Amino acid sequence: MATEMNLLERGDVAASSGYESPPPRVGFFTDTSVCIGCKACEVACKEWNHVPEDGLNFTGMSYDNTEGLGADSWRHVAFIEQKVVGTDGSGQDGIRWLMASDVCKHCTHAACLDVCPTGSLFRTEFGTVVVQEDICNGCGYCISACPYGVIDQRHGDGRAWKCTLCYDRLSVGVEPACAKACPTDSIQFGPLEELRARAERRRDQLHRSGVIDARLYGESPDDGVGGDGAFFLLLDEPEVYGLPPDPIVTTRDLPAMYRRAGVAAAALVSVVVLGFGGARR
Amino acid sequence: MSSSVTKQGLREVHPGREAVSQVQATADVSQRPHRRAGGERSMVGEADFRSYYGKPIINKPVWEAPDIPGYLFLGGLAGASSVMAAAATASHRGALARALKLSSTAAVSLSGIALVHDLGRPARFANMLRVLKPSSPMSVGSWLLASFTPLSAAASLSALTGRFRLVGAAGTAGAALLGPAVATYTAALVSNTAVPAWHEGFKEMPFVFAASAVSSAAGMGLVVAPLHESGPARLLGVTSGAAELGLMELMKRNMGAVKEAFTSSEKAHRYEKGAKIAIVTGIAAALLGKHSRVASAFAGAGLLVGSALSRFAIFEAGLESAEDPRYTVVPQRKRLEERNRG
Repeated sequence: MATEMNLLERGDVAASSGYESPPPRVGFFTDTSVCIGCKACEVACKEWNHVPEDGLNFTGMSYDNTEGLGADSWRHVAFIEQKVVGTDGSGQDGIRWLMASDVCKHCTHAACLDVCPTGSLFRTEFGTVVVQEDICNGCGYCISACPYGVIDQRHGDGRAWKCTLCYDRLSVGVEPACAKACPTDSIQFGPLEELRARAERRRDQLHRSGVIDARLYGESPDDGVGGDGAFFLLLDEPEVYGLPPDPIVTTRDLPAMYRRAGVAAAALVSVVVLGFGGARR
Repeated sequence: MSSSVTKQGLREVHPGREAVSQVQATADVSQRPHRRAGGERSMVGEADFRSYYGKPIINKPVWEAPDIPGYLFLGGLAGASSVMAAAATASHRGALARALKLSSTAAVSLSGIALVHDLGRPARFANMLRVLKPSSPMSVGSWLLASFTPLSAAASLSALTGRFRLVGAAGTAGAALLGPAVATYTAALVSNTAVPAWHEGFKEMPFVFAASAVSSAAGMGLVVAPLHESGPARLLGVTSGAAELGLMELMKRNMGAVKEAFTSSEKAHRYEKGAKIAIVTGIAAALLGKHSRVASAFAGAGLLVGSALSRFAIFEAGLESAEDPRYTVVPQRKRLEERNRG
């Protein structure tokens, strides 16, 4: 079956989407260990992409008043305050403050793209996933399908919106607005292969210096979505940052769903035939 | 590396992306397992589970009631009605056939309205037929409905007017051919999401939907058909109503911790209880009221209401499982741990 073949595909995502000799796949490596929570990424993204204001709330969630990704927040900086047992001999507990800038993962196997019934969502030549807003009819299927809670419907507009990895900027050879604005290089943009190698070096460096909690998230092509185009270095479990610990692309199970729907349909016909055969007049 | 250059040389040399965090967590004492506020009843999966301020991991579906659960019900009613209508036509049960053809057309028309109404951009509904994508059950379903609706309408038109017999026969046969898919593809549609209570039920969901569809169509048959023609509807209503209840239980049991969403959501809990009562009442009335037209119609109404409430329960359980991060985190953690253990 075509869907099964597609899901097992390990090669170049752009090439398997029909692009002839596409440029290398690009993405983000977000190294949260150097994030300072300045939210320059959030602001740069909103400014560049004309993303509308979506409520000026005070949440009480540390410095986070954005709350999460959605139609009008394509970058979201999470702030996590944790008490830690002091290690300096003073006997006093300390605080550690985790910050992380979340974004669309531009999955290798993107559920939003798979389930979109209009073809509004598409794979770009850069291997990223983008919504065509002139086609989207707001059916909402992508929103239920995304395992990360990224894409959402814009109020008063009805269509689905998410990060485009600055498709317009990529097309003219400049890096996405958030990466450009990041003052600490926590958000690094580049060819995915290069980022993966750099991320591994960075994780090893942190491990050597005693930061044993450092771990990569979404970097592996063997995970449930075939690897993320935008992946992370985290200092705690993914769910602490609001990320799913073991996401899968729902369409992985679609062939099985279709098979079972087929069997159920056949059963329906058999039952009706038997019912009419078995009933007395 | 970044720095500032002064007369004294480099000052304020910062390590940039090579920076190493100064504080290392040796124990995190603030993030105790997340618990719900207030003395709510204890739940499976409460044990060890962390989250970001209790915020959901996935975004809540934007599909709304009554449009979408209503559609799941009406699609099932339309699909199964068309199959039963063909069987009734073949077995010369004219009144039953006519009524089921009409119910199929009415249900599929209403469901079309519900689907377009639920779109964020209803005026763009025709974009559904812009492509045919097997990886999207909604795309497949749009083409199914676009083919099924005119066939069902042709069958109804011929049944009503008594003319265009050939077109009517073709419509009846065609609708009966597509009907089973119309009734069951919706299970693949809702299961093919990241919503835990929908996805985790993907193995049983098509069978729950098929049973619920036959139960509703049989219920319609009991409501509209005269007693001397309602034998098959009675038999099918009793059996598929019982099957619907049993399969729903089986589906929930195989969901693991996620089945709690059917009780932790007050709406889902209420709808499911209502569905059970309606279906059991319908079955009892169908069995006891064989010789009463009124009792038969009452039985049919019970089965119809029960089928609809089942779909609403599944829909609401899905929303609940999306809104509470436990339903995303706990099963995924368990899966990870099982994999790590080998």
